[in-house]
Amino acid sequence: MLDMLLEGAIAFMLIAGGIFAFIGSLGLTHLKDFYMRLHGPSKTTTLGVGCTLIGSLIFFSQENGPVIQELLITIFAFITAPVSAHMLAKSALHHKLKPDPRTRGNPQELESDRPKHTVEEAPQGNSPLP
Amino acid sequence: MIATALWIALALFSAAIALNFYRAVIGPSLPDRVLAVDTMYMNSIALIVLFGIWVNNKDYFEAALLIAMLGFVSTIAVCKYLLRGDIIE
Amino acid sequence: MIPPLRWLPMPVLSLLLLLVWLLLQQSVALGQWLLGGVLAMVIPVLCRPFWERQPRIKHPLKLLHYVGRVLKDIVVANLEVSKLILDPRGRMRPAFVEYPLTLTENFPITILASTITMTPGTVSAHLRLDNRTLLIHALDVADIEGLIAEIHQRYERPLMEIFES
Repeated sequence: MLDMLLEGAIAFMLIAGGIFAFIGSLGLTHLKDFYMRLHGPSKTTTLGVGCTLIGSLIFFSQENGPVIQELLITIFAFITAPVSAHMLAKSALHHKLKPDPRTRGNPQELESDRPKHTVEEAPQGNSPLP
Repeated sequence: MIATALWIALALFSAAIALNFYRAVIGPSLPDRVLAVDTMYMNSIALIVLFGIWVNNKDYFEAALLIAMLGFVSTIAVCKYLLRGDIIE
Repeated sequence: MIPPLRWLPMPVLSLLLLLVWLLLQQSVALGQWLLGGVLAMVIPVLCRPFWERQPRIKHPLKLLHYVGRVLKDIVVANLEVSKLILDPRGRMRPAFVEYPLTLTENFPITILASTITMTPGTVSAHLRLDNRTLLIHALDVADIEGLIAEIHQRYERPLMEIFES
């Protein structure tokens, strides 16, 4: 009985993780502009991978005692995903990627009157950004 | 039951990696491509973990941990380069 | 909290390092404890110059409560974002929102920005140089003022209580 329950939990976790990761990648493929595309991978894919790891954790725990190292990867993924999303958004703002025309709000970082630094032109050493 | 779920999850993650690859190839801007490659890193962690379940060997988790760390560090390094044209100051 | 010592500048970090080492080695043998203990003492001393002032956690229980709330919100956020991505008509109302910060220290601001990225429909995009506003991109927002108020109520207020009060 307990085995059946655990197997069901593992299967559910694996499939839920797969579906979440697939939806995240679908968002990455078909949304309109970069800032919207950022949402899919940063949230949905992270949770998908987290679900898969927890499924695998239950799978290995049920055979030979508790195995919790896989929690390390899950925690690592959940801590690092927001940081890389933030850095990517920042570099997109720096490159002044155009947002979708429906986007409301006009941040000063995207105004085009300031001189545009491309990677080649950027001054070495003392860049204006932190 | 687990075998079936494993196949479904493997198929979904492979499809996700194919979609990421498509975005990495067509991506109109550099941040788009970096984002696509970062997502590919995440999905390949899951693929390796699933493979570990398939062959019933938990040592594959170390490979997954290494990929997670390399993926994060390389994404941050490329973002730094895009932001300033320099990685280490 | 334990007062920091010269040879043990960050007790919490050292404890975490020891724990992670034992988890990675998958053993609790005496040798692993010794090696992990040495690493946990040497690494913080070596990388001390890179660290800023240590944040003070004033209410550990509230921190646990906060973590629980964020974990629940992550699941809700994912269901919402999945629904938006799968909506065939693709009706979204994206917006850039400027969020005025009341937190002042770096570490709580980092936690707030990460929380915003992981929870419903928002990604923190840029922290202005003067540390006073956070630029947020939202995927689908009807009421910008409401979003700002919700973030303040739900996440920033508890963080202020935990770290700065």
